[in-house]
Amino acid sequence: MGVAKYIKNEKDAIEEVIYQSGIKVKPSYGPKDLEEVGFDYEKDLADPGQYPFTRSIHPQGYRSRAWTTRQYTGFGTPAETNARFKMMIAHGQNGLNVAFDLPTQMGLDSDDPKAKGEVGRVGMAVDSLKDFEIAFKDIPFDRIGAGLTINANATVMLAMYQAVAKKYGYPKEKISATPQNDILKEMIGRGAWIFPVEHGVRLVGDSIEYAVKELPRCSPVSLCGYHIRESGATPAQEIGYSFEIARAYIENVVARGLKPEEFVGGFSFNLNVYGNLWEQIAKFRAARKLWAQMLKEEYGVTEPKKLFLRGLFGGGGSGLTKAQPENNIIRSSYYALAAALGGAQTTALCSFDEAFTIPTPRAALLSLRTLEILMDEVGLRDTVDPLAGSYFIETLTKQMEAKIREEMQKIKDLGGMINAVSTGAIQSEIANQAYAFEKGMQNNELIKVGVNKYAEEDEPEVELHEYNETWAKDQIASVQEVRRTRNTRDVVRCLKKLEQVSRDGLNVMPCLVECCDAYATVGEMTGVFREVFGEWREPNIF
Amino acid sequence: MTQKKIRVLLAKPDLDGHDRGAKVVALALRDAGMEITYTGLHNSIDQIVNAAIQEDVDVIGLSIMTGAHLSIAKTLLHRLKRESVDDMCVIIGGVIPKQDISKLEDLGVDGVFPGGAQFDEITTSIKKMIAERGE
Repeated sequence: MGVAKYIKNEKDAIEEVIYQSGIKVKPSYGPKDLEEVGFDYEKDLADPGQYPFTRSIHPQGYRSRAWTTRQYTGFGTPAETNARFKMMIAHGQNGLNVAFDLPTQMGLDSDDPKAKGEVGRVGMAVDSLKDFEIAFKDIPFDRIGAGLTINANATVMLAMYQAVAKKYGYPKEKISATPQNDILKEMIGRGAWIFPVEHGVRLVGDSIEYAVKELPRCSPVSLCGYHIRESGATPAQEIGYSFEIARAYIENVVARGLKPEEFVGGFSFNLNVYGNLWEQIAKFRAARKLWAQMLKEEYGVTEPKKLFLRGLFGGGGSGLTKAQPENNIIRSSYYALAAALGGAQTTALCSFDEAFTIPTPRAALLSLRTLEILMDEVGLRDTVDPLAGSYFIETLTKQMEAKIREEMQKIKDLGGMINAVSTGAIQSEIANQAYAFEKGMQNNELIKVGVNKYAEEDEPEVELHEYNETWAKDQIASVQEVRRTRNTRDVVRCLKKLEQVSRDGLNVMPCLVECCDAYATVGEMTGVFREVFGEWREPNIF
Repeated sequence: MTQKKIRVLLAKPDLDGHDRGAKVVALALRDAGMEITYTGLHNSIDQIVNAAIQEDVDVIGLSIMTGAHLSIAKTLLHRLKRESVDDMCVIIGGVIPKQDISKLEDLGVDGVFPGGAQFDEITTSIKKMIAERGE
């Protein structure tokens, strides 16, 4: 049932339960189980806010501060997106999570022939600083942080964010941006990669190194187990792979002469909430502990704050169904509960209509309300880590920890994450799992309500977001006007410098900020990288 | 009588990188005895058509999640026509709204399989359309 395997007897009683990560669940738990897994309060949990932070990174959890809500938002032109940002903020949202269209994510300008049909479709189109000026107009940069869902050219967008903040009078020390910037997970899932692996990782390293010195409130990398899971990985793999990806970035930055202590505080996580409720909660608790341990024991990080696994736990996209779409509202509520019981710092939900397309304002607002109800109404702020001490949850958390370690070891055996991605070993493993999962759904071994159980013939129509062709026209006119009116000599000079800096292996960030200030376009800046770095060729896994 | 293996080219056109569906279908068709070539991500329609001709496939399958399926299908079918390719079937999967299925079929797409389509249904349809083409 759900994503776990249930073996039943002829009377429909459950005889065996096996979670996605491979953990078998017993009918009941007691003190003996804790003994068996070697549970030790001080070592495994400690009080909330104490190392290894299994229970929480803060002593009082949501009592001292509720989670930050950041619905993934962006479509059409920057003007449309700005209006939606303001609507969400007016309804209580306290962070932004910017969705970019595919041309922007792939570093193409809106008038590039390859962008045809995609401008403003799955996110906001951004070509130059002018678009950020419109998108972030009247947004209080010092109070509202922004997640920037972009990876291959995240450096460009981080630079542009700094440039627009400056334009609106906010010093770079005050702004808080979280570019997703996790290129290795793009290569494993999601697919918005451009450059070969080593160059992709170098750009991630550049942004981390730059942020340490120049953007102290920004989190330059968000490690996204989320998309790896969406591609078919188990919860244990989701965490294990994220940590091994983090290791690849850490090693890149350490090679530049920085100490992990100086920069790992800028790492945050984006993790998935769909699936079996208990497995997710155990996953979050085990992940917090393992991350702190890895940083402390393997990288010598000592300052407690730097050991925190801070994360956006949310989304749940692959749990949502097109069949009986209103069920997704209910499903997402439980996913959000998993995030809250797992101690998320930040959250967001996929909206109920997102199995079809990007959400309508009504659907986006329903997601926000779902999150608000948990914090303001149901009691999730009452006490920190309310499930602590449960025989079941503590046993499961220990077992999950062991499973995650196993997955990390497998990557080490493959020669590390960069190697595992370059050879396609990891993509192949995940594709096979996704296939097995789909077969399980099709032969009713796994249950999805409304899909392979309690399905209905006639589905009610839902109102959906519609793509407006004029957005592309407007955006193309806008970028062409920028090119006509900017100081071309400045742009050419900056782009030349960017090319040199890229070739010389210097940090590209300062030069990217100059390029953005001069209204160089996303396509031009990414184009320089394309020329210098080339493009990645996926390994063939079939 | 030994039957020739059905050859399928699966492709992800343009910029979208969500390839879980494409990969899963590739594995299912392979298990059903077909020969699969997967183009990988970020392919232009020209690249897809060229690969299909080069591999001499029986079926081109596109996986599209972005909502741009109608314009992509039009371009692909147009290109095939221009190359005088008339013996390849075209199938499309992904996030395809119900009301667009008949629109795609009217354009000349041989099979539309929105997310959630059963593997059996996909393989049976492919075999049927190949048999009909052969007649």
